[in-house]
Amino acid sequence: MIPAPFEYVRPTTVEEAVQAVAEGGEDVKIMAGGQSLIPVMRLRLAAPETIVDLGRVAEMRGVRDEGDALVIGAMTTHAEVITDPLIAQHAKLVAEATETVADRQTRRRGTFGGALAHADPAGDLPAVALALDAELVVAGPGGRRTVPASEFFVDYLTTALEEGEVLVEIRVPKLAGDWGVRYEKFNRVAQAWSIVAVAAAVRRENGHIAEARIGLTNMGPTPLRASATEAALSGAAAAPDAVASAARSAAEGTSPSSDLNAQADYREHLVQVLTRRAVTAAAGL
Amino acid sequence: MTVTEDAATTQVQGPDKEVGKARKRKEDARLITGRTTWTDNMVLPGMLHLSVVRSPVAHARITAIDVSAAKESPGVVTVLTGRDLADEQGSIPCAWPVTPDMKNPGHPSIAVDRVNHVGEAVAVIVARSRTAAADAVELVDVDYDLLPPVLDMEEAVRDGADLVHDDLGTNTSYHFVFDAGEAGTGGDTEQAFADADVVVSRRFVNQRLIPAFMEPRSVVVQPQGDNYTMWSATQIPHILRVMLAMVTGIPEHKLRVIAPDVGGGFGGKLQVNPEEILALLVARRLGKPVKWTETRSESLMTAHHGRDQVQFIDVAADREGNVKGLRVRLLADMGAYLRLITPGVPALGAFMFPGIYKFPAYRFECDGVFTNKVPTDAYRGAGRPEATFAVERIMDELAVELGMDPLELRRKNWIQSQEFPFTTVAGLEYDSGDYDAATQQALDLLGYPELREEQRRRRESNDPVQLGIGFSTFTEMCGLAPSRVLGSLSYGAGGWESASIRMLPTGKVEVVTGSTPHGQGHETAWSQLVADQLGVPFEDVEVLHGDTAVAPKGMDTYGSRSLVVGGTAVLKAADKVIAKARKVAAHLLEASEDDLEFTGGKFSVRGTPGSGLGIQEIALAVFAAHDYPEDVEPSIDADATFDPVNFSFPHGTHVCAMEVDTDTGFVKIRKYACVDDVGTIVNPLIVEGQVHGGLAQGIAQALYEEAVYDADGNLTTGTFVDYLVPSAADLPHFDTGNTVHVAPGNPIGAKGVGEAGCIASTPAVVNAALDAVRHLGVSDIRMPLTPERVWRAIHQGGDGGDRATAGSNAYGGAQTETTAGVSTPQSALGGDR
Amino acid sequence: MTRVSMQVDGVTYTDEVEPRTLLVHHLREALGKVGTVVGCDTSNCGACTVHLDGQAVKSCTVLAVQADGAEVTTIEGIAAPDGTLHPVQKAFHEMHGLQCGYCTPGMIMASIDLLKENPDPSDTEVREGIEGNLCRCTGYQNIVRAVQQAAGELSGSAATPETTGAQA
Repeated sequence: MIPAPFEYVRPTTVEEAVQAVAEGGEDVKIMAGGQSLIPVMRLRLAAPETIVDLGRVAEMRGVRDEGDALVIGAMTTHAEVITDPLIAQHAKLVAEATETVADRQTRRRGTFGGALAHADPAGDLPAVALALDAELVVAGPGGRRTVPASEFFVDYLTTALEEGEVLVEIRVPKLAGDWGVRYEKFNRVAQAWSIVAVAAAVRRENGHIAEARIGLTNMGPTPLRASATEAALSGAAAAPDAVASAARSAAEGTSPSSDLNAQADYREHLVQVLTRRAVTAAAGL
Repeated sequence: MTVTEDAATTQVQGPDKEVGKARKRKEDARLITGRTTWTDNMVLPGMLHLSVVRSPVAHARITAIDVSAAKESPGVVTVLTGRDLADEQGSIPCAWPVTPDMKNPGHPSIAVDRVNHVGEAVAVIVARSRTAAADAVELVDVDYDLLPPVLDMEEAVRDGADLVHDDLGTNTSYHFVFDAGEAGTGGDTEQAFADADVVVSRRFVNQRLIPAFMEPRSVVVQPQGDNYTMWSATQIPHILRVMLAMVTGIPEHKLRVIAPDVGGGFGGKLQVNPEEILALLVARRLGKPVKWTETRSESLMTAHHGRDQVQFIDVAADREGNVKGLRVRLLADMGAYLRLITPGVPALGAFMFPGIYKFPAYRFECDGVFTNKVPTDAYRGAGRPEATFAVERIMDELAVELGMDPLELRRKNWIQSQEFPFTTVAGLEYDSGDYDAATQQALDLLGYPELREEQRRRRESNDPVQLGIGFSTFTEMCGLAPSRVLGSLSYGAGGWESASIRMLPTGKVEVVTGSTPHGQGHETAWSQLVADQLGVPFEDVEVLHGDTAVAPKGMDTYGSRSLVVGGTAVLKAADKVIAKARKVAAHLLEASEDDLEFTGGKFSVRGTPGSGLGIQEIALAVFAAHDYPEDVEPSIDADATFDPVNFSFPHGTHVCAMEVDTDTGFVKIRKYACVDDVGTIVNPLIVEGQVHGGLAQGIAQALYEEAVYDADGNLTTGTFVDYLVPSAADLPHFDTGNTVHVAPGNPIGAKGVGEAGCIASTPAVVNAALDAVRHLGVSDIRMPLTPERVWRAIHQGGDGGDRATAGSNAYGGAQTETTAGVSTPQSALGGDR
Repeated sequence: MTRVSMQVDGVTYTDEVEPRTLLVHHLREALGKVGTVVGCDTSNCGACTVHLDGQAVKSCTVLAVQADGAEVTTIEGIAAPDGTLHPVQKAFHEMHGLQCGYCTPGMIMASIDLLKENPDPSDTEVREGIEGNLCRCTGYQNIVRAVQQAAGELSGSAATPETTGAQA
């Protein structure tokens, strides 16, 4: 299929991008890597009037170290994320989850920011951003603002981005201390979206789990934190039984959908198993 | 790959023989460099592009169609509806009326006043560009008066069910029966069951699949005066030509059909497609060349599907495990219409349910049932995978019931090697084989004892990952087919194949085959056959095919028939060439024909070494035609047509070791080993490749693929996001081997290999998964074995149940309301998965 | 219409395109590069894989305007000018890594990309490396073999075959 016709704008700075979005009319769509957008447009499930392509906004690409956080440009591709030394050092969970996204070619074009702004509940990176307490820097006609990940994902394919706003970069706090991480993804075939996935970061201290952060993929219209499990793990013994026990509450507060791959109750079961596995691995057990 | 050759039955090939050599394929040169001629590559001056407006509803009356806006759309030349074409479109032909009273509602290429499945054509846009044609689709406004969709076969055959076609008064197209007692090929089935110690009955669902060839269908039609040339991505240019003539009334000799490079078919391109008819009608009406190329979504939604049977199967046995009878009742989903061989697919399977076992009694009944879904038709194996699945599954269930090892039970009942040829209870004469030998070799390849030991350990330790081993000891009927047998089955045509050999003046050889390939490697294998037979270099042979003007007669490629039937025709033509050349050679060598021997491409007079004349030289001699015998024509070219007298029966043993994660239900093939006996192997590289590809598709049926319709009759597996064709990362390494028992029915000794892997593997995989979890109380899991189904079967009992039918994400066919959210500004940054 | 200029298999082309034109359609319909094919609508099958500035991408999920100023390499541009096949092409032939051949251009382009990143991949690494390319014919086993054979040949030679082709 061929997309419906649209106007095409290709800004080279964030400022130009914001302006282009403002001038793009009623139905403007921002394109990052386009790896979800172009197929949807080819199927004519989306037919925007204007496409603002961020592909040439150089300042939105790359990773920099800002002391206690890494700042990842929204237009940094998945392939760049996977091979970035700063991410490998300070945000390994991001790299681990990104490696599971789609396939080699898609990762060459798809971007970190695009995946977050698309907010597909089956996408892998929103849960990671949530688990790591990332902050999303957004530019709009009124200037820039920062939205915590916990407030960014509003609903199915819906974020806190206001009309006219562009996601510019993502601040990912470095994990200080003895952290282990794991992204546990469950799907039926290799290049598929997650049926359920669990992003876990676990800090160990003196044989105990001092802190656990757990993000859940595809357990509701938005990514979620497994808060009950996190609480149960806080201060728990770093032992398989304790982890298994805590993982049993991983489905609390979730509202997964039913589709071809899984009905809701099965997802609720899966998330417990995957949480146990992710935390166990992250805790080095 | 390992090959065990049984010296007693194997055709011994000399070291310089082409047959048996792993020749790299001639076809590859253009395919690996992108210099290919796919139909969609065709561009003709003034060519117009078609797009098809399709029904979004499964069952409805069309009350109005407004095409005015579409006609005004830029670049649109015209828009045609079913009303415009009603008088000339005829009906998509059904060549296999399996019973005399079969009900066939007729199959319009474009709906006139009713639609019967989602995706049915309701209007055709003709435009100057592909883009203009696509843009106008959404401007056609169709009013539908909805009718209740009929989607479930078991409900459809109940009294008072809603009807797909009211005028037929029933949803049952036909009731086909084969009863061995009545046919005189077996005992009384009811009596066998009455007398049996043990009866095991099961209901299996052989789910609907989509052939999903990689090259989307495409057709180009060029009208020139009253002649029409059609290029089509088809498996069957010859059959298509005949059918186009019958449907449209265009005289057959005014039609030329070309299948250029064709990107896979698997039965899915064994069809007379509505869009082929429409392209021809539009080209005729406008007098301009036209092209139609489908999108993948169109392909999944509207190209015919395969399988889709509910199988009720009963087996009777004594306590010692001797099988006494087999009873099969099928509901076979026809979909909304009967296409080319829709009704025949399950009927072909009827003869394969007894498998390799010596059932003394057998009865088969099948109801072909209409539903508001796209028609089913041939898909790799066509009837035989369904049969093999059912019999190989029920043999495992019987083994469980009897407390016997599943392999022991099989061994006890299968045909012994010394019993060939063996006439089965279904009346087929199995040609050759050795099931014991293939099985032993497969077990060795698998490392059977070690895996059984590991299975025991995992069970004892209550490991969350359990291991199972599953078997499939199968045979299939190939080499379709003896024309007289096809006639007795009411099939509309014969099963012969045609070949010609043209000896060019320079000694090069053109081989024309009627068997049209689409990935199988005919050009290479036929070259090997001819090189041996004529004694000419492999490189000197060119194989021509796929164009009715070049290869005017043929029955094309399907049913693992090409080498067995088409290859034999080539050999027969070569023999005729040699016979004709012999007369010329005798004349030129001034010797008696009887004194000539022909070896290595050369005629020589017995006892006079050094003298002689090559067949390639004779080709030049008859071209010059200055000196040739009085009583012959100056040509050594020859044609041959071969009609086999029997099917061929490849067989094999497939063994799968499967890990099942009982916590999640995820299944993973640990190891897969198979040994196939496909008779003489002309090219081991190609044979192994065919087995691999078949395995992938058979395993995919077991684990991944299913065409799912929602309650309204929408195909929710409408893209490759939800219709899961496995990737390299989802499939295991295969350990393959062969035994060789030549087929006595053709001079090559080949049995056919295209469908073997696909037919055999599915039950092996399912049996393996069940073997892993049977001790947990699981006795069946519906295909595909989604993790959810496996988990439910383990933890909730049953067979895993129905799947939810919603598409899995933003591309899911049925989720357009939710995906509308994609275009809201809130999710503005174009997503990247 | 937007003016785009790109170098495809070593030749620079400048054309006017509609922004909605997919790169694969531009290659096929405007430039006649029909070696690259379309197999699906959803970026799953990978048949359309080409190299965009040296990286494998699915050309059905890139707009032609996005490739403005870029270097594109297709299946038609990887053999040497004298016709000598790229080692991956050669290996696909030798290992019988193709049947109908429709997925083959994309499969070869993805494999070249994989081998640039991982010159000696294991069986599993090859399988995961080409997970974005569907083949319906081969069951993949001979493709895996082909990629591994090509890896051996590539690591044994100093040449960089990707750029010894028409791009040079």
